[in-house]
Amino acid sequence: MSGPVDAVKVSSPAELYALAYEIETDAVERYKLLADQMQAHNNSELNRIFLDLARAEGIHAAEIQRMAGERGLDAQRAPIGAWRTESPEAVDLAAAHYLLTPVEALQMALAGEERALAFYTGLAAEATDPAVKKLLKEFVAEETEHVELCHRLIRRYSTGSEHPEDLDPPWAVD
Amino acid sequence: MSATVPLACKPGDYKSDTKPIWCPGCGDYHVLLSITRAFAALNLPPEQLAVVSGIGCSSRIPAYTSCYGFHGVHGRSLAVGAGLKVARPDMTVVVASGDGDGYSIGGNHFMHACRRNVDLTYIVMDNHIYGMTKGQPSPTTEPDFDTALSPGGTGLRPFNPLVIALASGANFIARAFSGHVNETAKIIVEAVHHPGFSFVEILSPCVTYRPDQRAWKDCVRSAPVEPTDDAARAARRLMTDDGFNLGVLYRGDRWPYQPRAAATVTDLAEFEKGFEI
Amino acid sequence: MTTGAMLLEAACAAGWNGLLTRSVGPQIRGGEAAALVRLAVEPVECLADHFDLLVGIDWMNAQRFEAEIPLHPGAIIVNDPAVGEPPAAMRAAAGRVIELPITALIKANPAWRANMIALGATAELLGLDSEVLHALISKRFSDKGESVVAASVAAIEAGAAAMAAEAGVAKLARAQKTDVRRWLITGNEATALGALRGGIRFAAAYPITPASEILEWLAPNLPKVGGALVQAEDELASINMIIGSSYGGVPSITATSGPGFSLMIEALGLATAAEVPIVVVNVMRGGPSTGIPTKSEQADLNIAVYGLHGDAPHIVVAPQSVPDCLLTTQWATHLAESLQTAAIVLSDQFVGQAQVAVSRPADVAFIGQRLKATQFEEPYKRYALGGNGVSPMAIPGTRGGQYTADGLTHTERGTPTSGGRDHLAQLDKRRDKLDLHDYGGLWATLEGEGEIAVLTWGSLTGAVREAIARAARDGVKVRLIAPRLLMPVRPAEMAAALEGVTRLLVVEQTHSAQFHRYLRAHYTLPANTSVFHRPGPLPMRPGEIHRQIMQGAAS
Ligand SMILES: Cc1ncc(C[n+]2csc(CCOP(=O)(O)OP(=O)(O)O)c2C)c(N)n1
Ligand code: SF4
Ligand SMILES: [Mg+2]
Repeated sequence: MSGPVDAVKVSSPAELYALAYEIETDAVERYKLLADQMQAHNNSELNRIFLDLARAEGIHAAEIQRMAGERGLDAQRAPIGAWRTESPEAVDLAAAHYLLTPVEALQMALAGEERALAFYTGLAAEATDPAVKKLLKEFVAEETEHVELCHRLIRRYSTGSEHPEDLDPPWAVD
Repeated sequence: MSATVPLACKPGDYKSDTKPIWCPGCGDYHVLLSITRAFAALNLPPEQLAVVSGIGCSSRIPAYTSCYGFHGVHGRSLAVGAGLKVARPDMTVVVASGDGDGYSIGGNHFMHACRRNVDLTYIVMDNHIYGMTKGQPSPTTEPDFDTALSPGGTGLRPFNPLVIALASGANFIARAFSGHVNETAKIIVEAVHHPGFSFVEILSPCVTYRPDQRAWKDCVRSAPVEPTDDAARAARRLMTDDGFNLGVLYRGDRWPYQPRAAATVTDLAEFEKGFEI
Repeated sequence: MTTGAMLLEAACAAGWNGLLTRSVGPQIRGGEAAALVRLAVEPVECLADHFDLLVGIDWMNAQRFEAEIPLHPGAIIVNDPAVGEPPAAMRAAAGRVIELPITALIKANPAWRANMIALGATAELLGLDSEVLHALISKRFSDKGESVVAASVAAIEAGAAAMAAEAGVAKLARAQKTDVRRWLITGNEATALGALRGGIRFAAAYPITPASEILEWLAPNLPKVGGALVQAEDELASINMIIGSSYGGVPSITATSGPGFSLMIEALGLATAAEVPIVVVNVMRGGPSTGIPTKSEQADLNIAVYGLHGDAPHIVVAPQSVPDCLLTTQWATHLAESLQTAAIVLSDQFVGQAQVAVSRPADVAFIGQRLKATQFEEPYKRYALGGNGVSPMAIPGTRGGQYTADGLTHTERGTPTSGGRDHLAQLDKRRDKLDLHDYGGLWATLEGEGEIAVLTWGSLTGAVREAIARAARDGVKVRLIAPRLLMPVRPAEMAAALEGVTRLLVVEQTHSAQFHRYLRAHYTLPANTSVFHRPGPLPMRPGEIHRQIMQGAAS
């Protein structure tokens, strides 16, 4: 995550849906880009992992959309995300490398999930509207699950936590 | 930019299915995210947008969007963009460059584009290096940065593009950081809305030849001042800042250049009269 | 200078044909200057071998023009005794000197102008009606007031009166006034008008001698038809601007000369690779480098034909006379648009800046017609293969046609690739669309018959035509072959044009015989081929070409 996260206030479920939707779609875009990169650099294993992650976030986004109803999101959605800089869950694209290992990729994802968890936990603590508070607790539970999933996956790919030294010199192509 | 819009345009609608060739980790991926978000926020159909570029890693960006694109020769993107905009004022034109493309080989066009003030947005992805040709110094490279082509560094003072833009008459000047995707997108939206020549310099790290630029995320900060329309004040700010102040730094009010007029002559035989005896 | 233009206009109004060129010293203003005028009953396309009349208003530095103004043995020099003597060589060449006391006349009538007195004298010697001149004076000077008109008329009358007593001066044959509309036009103006007629609606400009007049004519006139001209910061910008505007769907042009043309080469390649139609006029001047800006040469043939890096098929056409600049530029626009490529118009300083009095050129129907894509299969293939190689182009703003135009080797969709198959396919496509096009009869001027032929191009065509006419009077039949289309080459058509030719003379104005080398590279020439070539700055004259024809004819 490269940019600072601004303080965001949420006072109604509709606002919260919009915010959560923003977080999830941002994640989808980033995972898709990462998947593209890996495909372009012939790292098919990582391409698959990032596509899976994108799909998971996409399902989550769709779920939020369903909960909010299409018009509920419309009314609240700013043209560009609420954050001055980055969404809390944003994976840091700058951390990618074409020799990325699965563990490194999952660690990038984990970092995002942990930030999202911290973000929702913070909001839940501050929330005064009972409906919002209830929803936020659900989100916290959901993100906790994501964090655990990342840990599980990282354990599964226990080897190769760091990508090998890059012995290939870069090319000039244009 | 706090107004709400319908969800009609999604950032993904502005991304093509062409896979970028950039190194994973390159700042230009972030810029692509910013541009597609900005386009979605502008709520313009992709066919009304044109992205024009020169040559360089950064200049590959047009084909990664779903808009009309033009990937021309090295350094001439502003000329292509100006020609397109003057001939087709109905199009929204964004020109994209790198620091080599825009400030070195295209330096003369940069100055004159600022001065001409055609209504377009100029985005420069500045990584202080020639990425595509494997790491030679650009006009914004630090004097002591060692490269194969400049052993021990160039010893030359880097060029300050924002000051030059201001001095040359740019109507809107901003600095952004690629890692701040949303903030950059918002600046691009504002730049497109602002009449005349809008210049957005985006610090966009080159992970391959400038891994040191990973530290940029910790150096950048919001400019501690409000944007100004006073060129003298903007000049003082730009001359004294360290290159890491982000935000819109100057907003001018010059009228854009637009020479295309409605036809007054329909019969070309009119023009023969000047030759008749 | 005005004197020459007024003489041409008056002669033209009286029904003559004529041609005016100028020669000036290096000063920006106020230096020595000569207006060279040729008048005749029949159409005039080049300077004659000699001048019959030389009117000197003063002779300061006039020796600079000695080579350029060869005098006929019977030529008349008109001289004001108060300003000294004509240069000795000119005096020696001429048959007769007539005195015209310009200085004395002005002393007596300070409102009179020397050039008006000289104009009156010239008109009288040529046998030009004074009413025509009077009408012209009123037209030109009426906004300067009655007194100026009156003084000019009086000065003209005085000049004429001073000559009236001279006996034995051969007058010009009287011209027939006809109903045909007559034009007074320069090649550069004709080029600009041809562009407009061809559909050009955008121009980008960087000034350069001798091309600026094209741009200066378009600047006020393009906006009248809803177009625009932008002055660019350099030629790199001007050509890239027109690539941008044409990519936007608006037929576009720029004009330049050698130094600017050199700067445009990279972008010309881009236009061919990205298949963006553009028209670039190169009004050739003496080269290399800054060379001789005000004089003509044909030495940019190589760069126009071969200058682009890579295999970059494009169009090169060359106008053959002042009025032909109109036709050729209009045709070039049509070709660029129809074939989606760069078309270079190789004009030169001589046709560009010469002003002629001619009958209105016939209309031609050429107009830019670009094949546009309006309906799209998913996904749109901008550079689709097949057919005649011309693939429908989506114009920005058209829904569903979004693509990225690219100078990198690309696939049918425009995606960059370094694959050999796509590279070859796209190279073939761009070659075929030009080669397979039917250029019709305009590809060359073919005149006359006989076993001798002269092969030339561009602005030399007129001088060659005149030399051939003289040879015909000597009983020698000679063909004229002058390709207007220099690229792509037309081997079959050229072979037909050369059928039966046993002796060929190639005529061109270059130091290194560029045209001959080009012909040898692309065409089969008769074994008996000779080349008459020399560089500028002096124009090549019919007489010297005629001599070359006759030399061979005798041997
Ligand atoms: C006329 C010309 N000269 C040189 C090159 C080689 N070249 C390609 S990209 C480039 C520099 C690009 O640097 P920059 O614009 O900073 O883009 P980056 O790759 O850093 O994004 C150069 C010199 C070229 N393509 N064309
Ligand atoms: S070389 Fe540098 S600028 Fe180019 S794609 Fe790689 S990281 Fe980006
Ligand atoms: Mg760079």
